[in-house]
Formats: sequence, structure tokens, C-alpha cells
Amino acid sequence: MISSSLEELSLTTDVLIVGGGMAGAWAATSAAEAGAKVVLVDKGYCGTSGVTAAAGPGHWWVPPDPPAAREAAVTNRVASGLGLGEADWMYRILDQTWRTLPTLAGYYKFGADDEGRVNYRAVRGPEYMRALRQQVLSHGVTILDHSPVLELLARSDGSIGGARGQRRQDGGRAYQVEAGAVVLAAGGTSFLSHLLGSRTNTGDGYLMAAEAGAEMSGMEFTAAYTIAPAHSTMTRTMAYSFATYYDAAGHELDLPFGPDQTLRLARALQRGPVYCSLHRLPDDIKARLHTISPNVPLVFDRWGTDPYRDRFEVVLHNDGTIRGIGGVRVHDVDGTTSVPGLFVAGDNASREKVAGAISGGGNVNSAWALSSGVFAGRAAARLARGATRRGGRLRPLGREPRKGAKTVDLAALRDGVRSQMHPFDKNLFRTGDRLAASADVLEGLWTEMADHADKGTIASRETAALLATARWSVATAGARKESRGLHRREDFPSQDAGFATRLLSGGLDQVWVTADTTSVTAKAGRLEAAS
Amino acid sequence: MIELIVADRCTDCGACIEVCPANVLDAGQGGLPVLARAEDCQTCFMCELYCRADAIYVAPDCDRRVAVSEAEVLASGRLGQYRKHSGWNEWAEHYPNEQWLMETVFRRAGEAAAQTRAVRPEGLGGKE
Ligand SMILES: Cc1cc2nc3c(=O)[nH]c(=O)nc-3n(C[C@H](O)[C@H](O)[C@H](O)COP(=O)(O)OP(=O)(O)OC[C@H]3O[C@@H](n4cnc5c(N)ncnc54)[C@H](O)[C@@H]3O)c2cc1C
Ligand code: SF4
Ligand code: SF4
Repeated sequence: MISSSLEELSLTTDVLIVGGGMAGAWAATSAAEAGAKVVLVDKGYCGTSGVTAAAGPGHWWVPPDPPAAREAAVTNRVASGLGLGEADWMYRILDQTWRTLPTLAGYYKFGADDEGRVNYRAVRGPEYMRALRQQVLSHGVTILDHSPVLELLARSDGSIGGARGQRRQDGGRAYQVEAGAVVLAAGGTSFLSHLLGSRTNTGDGYLMAAEAGAEMSGMEFTAAYTIAPAHSTMTRTMAYSFATYYDAAGHELDLPFGPDQTLRLARALQRGPVYCSLHRLPDDIKARLHTISPNVPLVFDRWGTDPYRDRFEVVLHNDGTIRGIGGVRVHDVDGTTSVPGLFVAGDNASREKVAGAISGGGNVNSAWALSSGVFAGRAAARLARGATRRGGRLRPLGREPRKGAKTVDLAALRDGVRSQMHPFDKNLFRTGDRLAASADVLEGLWTEMADHADKGTIASRETAALLATARWSVATAGARKESRGLHRREDFPSQDAGFATRLLSGGLDQVWVTADTTSVTAKAGRLEAAS
Repeated sequence: MIELIVADRCTDCGACIEVCPANVLDAGQGGLPVLARAEDCQTCFMCELYCRADAIYVAPDCDRRVAVSEAEVLASGRLGQYRKHSGWNEWAEHYPNEQWLMETVFRRAGEAAAQTRAVRPEGLGGKE
């Protein structure tokens, strides 16, 4: 299967999985179980890379019995999703998660609660990803670590037939994988905030899908932020459910635990530094914090801070599309995109249909990453088996610089993305004027990038992906002239029934945004069928 | 960011080089990993989990380099602390994975907040 020359490593497989977080790892397993030969490639290391590994994903978990429980969960989520969720998609991921997660028991030691009941839904990231890697390897999947994909490869009919990348721990040697079908599971992006575990997630999967001709959906929903001690990456929220906050003068701030706590915290941070104390955390939890989330207390411990007595400064890190919900538009729970041969899973896909207009963090995102991975792996295996493909010439889809390559200050371009996507006044509390100004800035940066940056390096592809994703986000946020869920417009503070629809976006040289009319028709069709 | 690899403890196994998602480390002379691209470190602590020799120290600071004294770190007992509390390898039987408690904590917080709201419906005097 592997043939290599000095210049390039060349592999042929049925299914190629791009990205080895939870979505990619589940996809690899299910494709292999369906009989496919599978190659999984990751920019970093499948097992530690991505946001799954550093966090503690709690899965959306409702047993099928009694059936009323699932109905209630779905009905609640449809309501809280503010018109953008789809009940049947929710049922499917609830069911798949419930069936699949316990099958990892051979590799992951699920915890038992104080009554001895096994808890499947709450897993710890590093152990979960270690287990998923072992499971993937036991299925005979070939893993290429430290092998970022740089671009997809298309067949003459436009369908996707593989990818090219670089082996960064092998002198940057090029590699190519020819595949019957490709699953993009390269995660979301935090636009390079210090969100835990997100450094390798630069939106590469969005860029590559767009280059292949796919659309994005829900890119306006990038205004999710998570608390962390200042100067740290530790965006784990549990302990903060009992936090007390103070301003610089030491006055207690009114930031009660609840749905709008992050917004209030952001407002307070706009006025000045905010400090926090965890003294109200119940004693029994304090005593067990290091065995619940071992990475949380180590930050305080290493700084010599006693979080139960001292006040420490806190900040909010942008979650972008990670605890936000935008991504590649999917036509089915199996991650089918508008491009033949290309599937997406996990944060690489839009999660609007399962999360609605609010954050999928905390439960739905993991259930989606697992289920979409399982479905997409299976669908890709099926497609690869049926395809008569091999042999034809494959065309690389990354764009050459429009006006000729020259040295581009990529770090400055990335800082430019941060400067538009992180500040609260631009991305969290939005106005049409400020979004238009952001769009202008990003357009200028994109012009520099697209005109002159060489497509051959990881850094330049990451920068292009960040810029493309930011442009879609800002353009879509500008088009949604209302407030809904994670998207807040100060100039349009209320929800507008006319916008109870998903917004698609895309385009590289020319960004476009349009309403997803197919979803409305699909809904009408179903209603007719049901009545 | 990763600040220290204690040469005396390191067995040159190479695990940290392989698992670091941000490709921060290179094998140096004789195998001892060197912090080749420390500025790329994403402060995820993964290398510490995979270092069975407890030779790595990652400072929690993600946006600034900090001076770290090897003697102090060795004396502090913090090397290997994350791996230990995570119950990895030889610690499996000593430190249970209690991640399942998380939802209980959120539930209790919700109940406590609801109670506070009931007692003090005006919040803290509208200070925000
Ligand atoms: C701190 C934190 C806590 C969270 N807690 C919860 C929770 O409790 N419940 C919940 O439902 N959700 C939670 N979420 C969200 C949830 O973790 C994610 O939705 C989920 O893990 C996404 O999995 P994924 O596989 O799509 O992405 P990731 O795990 O991020 O994996 C993406 C992978 O793609 C790789 N990659 C990127 N670019 C390339 C490229 N060019 N070539 C090859 N590989 C590439 C990356 O290296 C990475 O390994 C949390 C998120 C965070 C940040
Ligand atoms: S994992 Fe630990 S022992 Fe192995 S090379 Fe790295 S520092 Fe040395
Ligand atoms: S903390 Fe994470 S990114 Fe930094 S060196 Fe260790 S494994 Fe690599």
C-alpha cells in the first residue's frame, strides 16, 4: 500500500480522514468496521491534538427508555435552538451516541459514581483520545501524525479523490494520499485565541472544503467566549459555576451563575480588570477537584495561588466556531457536503441543525462529533467501495498566488485576524458599522494573502484558512440584521421572525451570503408528508 | 509554555517529541529533547502526561515566557503531579477518574443560584 520515493510519500486508500480528534477517530473506526482501508492524518498527534484531547467532553446523553425523556430533551433543544435546529437530526445523534460510546469500554475505563453506576457520558479528554487512538490502531488504520494536509485533490469530474500534505517531523517531506472518499474532521477554529487545545485548529478544513466548492452555514455564530485565569489557557468552566467576581477596587460584581453570565462578565471586562475567587465551591468538590479535572488546579498550584482564598484575574478567550456552531454546510447527518466524495464531521461541520442558534458546548457538540464521525466514516466507506475511480489525474485545489509569490508577513496577517475576531466590541456586541469596518480590514489582509502568499507552507495555509473563516463570519454577522442566540447585534437587539432561517456563506475571492432556502422547503415537505 | 526538561531525569525516550501537538520539540544531541519552537507551545500539558520519567515542567503562562529554576521545580514536587492526579500508568489505582462528578457540580450550582435569586430577587443592588 505504501510506495515512497525520496521526494514524496504516496499512499492509496479507500477512505482518508483528515484530522484525528474525536470526530476523525470515530470516523476512522467506523469506516474500518465497514470494511474500508483507512488512512488518518493529523497536523499534530492523534491522541493529544485538538480540543477534544485537552478538555473533558460531556456527551449529550438520554437513554431511550422512557421514550418521553428523549422527546423532552429534543423538544427543549428545538426551543432553545431558536428555530435553527432540526428535531430528527437531534434524535439521530442522541441515539447514535447512546449506542456507540459504551463500545469504547475496551480502551477507556468509564467512571462509576458514588453509587457504583457507570457513567458513560462524561469522559476526560486525554484518556478519551488515548483510547480512541488505540481503537483506531486496533482496526488496522494507518495513522500519519505530524502530517498536516495542505490541500485537497480533485478528480476530473470535480469529486474529491485525496489530499496532499507535509510530514513535518520528516524534514517537511511532501506526501499524497489518493482515496475513494475523504472525511474532513479538522476541527473548528478559535481564531488563535488561547482556548485550551486549539492551536492546531486554524479552520483548514473550512478553507479546503470551500476550495472544493462547498458552502459554510452558521458562520455568524462565532461569538462564544470562555473564562480562564488571565495568562492561562485553562478554559474549563466547572469550578466557575460557584465563582464570585470583583472589580479592581475590590467591589463584588453581580455576575450570577446563569445563561447571561458570560455577557455580563464581558461587559465588566470592558470596564476594567476582573478578579475572581472560588471560595464558594463546596468543600467536598474542592477536595476532589484534582481527580475531576486534574489540569484545573495545577494552574493555581504552579502560580502559588490559592483560588479558594486569593483573588485572581480572569479573562475570556474566544471559542470561535468551537463552542460556536458554524462550519461546512451538511445535507445529512452523515456529513454529506455539496461536493461529491467529500464528507465533514465534528466541528468541521456546521452544528446548527443539532445545536440551533446557541452554543453546542457542554453536550451537543460531543454527541455530534461522535455521531457525525460514525455516520461519515460509514458513508465514506460505502462510497469508496462503489466508486470506479483509481488512476485518473488528480488536480490540487489550493490556490496559487494571484499576482505572483513574494514574502508575506504571515504573523502580521494572523494578528490582523485576532484583532477583528477577539475584541468584545467587534465580535460579541456587534453593530453593522463595526462589522463593516472589520470586513474592510479583513478584505485588505485577504488581498495581500491571496495575491502573494505561497500555498506550499503550513503557516501560509493556516493563515489563509483563518482569514477566509473570519471573512465568512463577519459577512454573515453583517447580513443577519437581528439578534438570535450566540449572534448579538446592538443595532438590532431583538429576534426577527424573518430571519428564522440558516444563512449560508462562502466564496474566496468574493465572499457571499445567502439564506438557506432548501431547509425551509424541506421543512414544508415534511409537514405535508406528516399531515 | 513548556519551560524545562530535567536532563537528569530524561530517558531520551522521545515520547514528548512525538505527542506534542504543536511540534515544539526536536531531538537534540544524544536524544535529549530541545525546546526548538517554544513560542508555538499551546500550554496543553500533554507532554507531561506522556513523560513517564516526570522530567517536563510546563508553566501555566501561555502568553509570556517565565524564568523557571530547575532546583525549585524539583523541590516543589510538581514534576509528574498532573500525570499522578490523572491516574496514568502506575497511578491508575490511586487516583480515580472522577470526571463524572462535573454535571453534579453544575446542577448544584444551578440550585444554589436559584435559591439566591429567590432570596435576593434584585441581585446585588443592580451594580452589574
Ligand atoms: C475546553 C473545552 C471544553 C469543552 N467541553 C465540551 C463538553 O463538555 N461537551 C461538549 O459537547 N463539547 C465540549 N466542547 C466542544 C467539543 O470539545 C468539540 O466540539 C469536539 O471535541 C470537537 O471534536 P473534533 O474532532 O471535531 O475536533 P478536534 O478535537 O479539535 O480535532 C481536530 C483535529 O484536526 C487536526 N487538524 C487541524 N487542521 C488539520 C490539517 N490541516 N491537517 C490534518 N489535521 C488537521 C487537529 O490537529 C486536531 O487533532 C469543549 C471545547 C473546549 C475547547
Ligand atoms: S518524554 Fe520525558 S523521558 Fe521521554 S524524551 Fe521526553 S522528557 Fe525525556
Ligand atoms: S504543553 Fe502541549 S504544546 Fe506545549 S510542549 Fe507540551 S505538549 Fe507541546
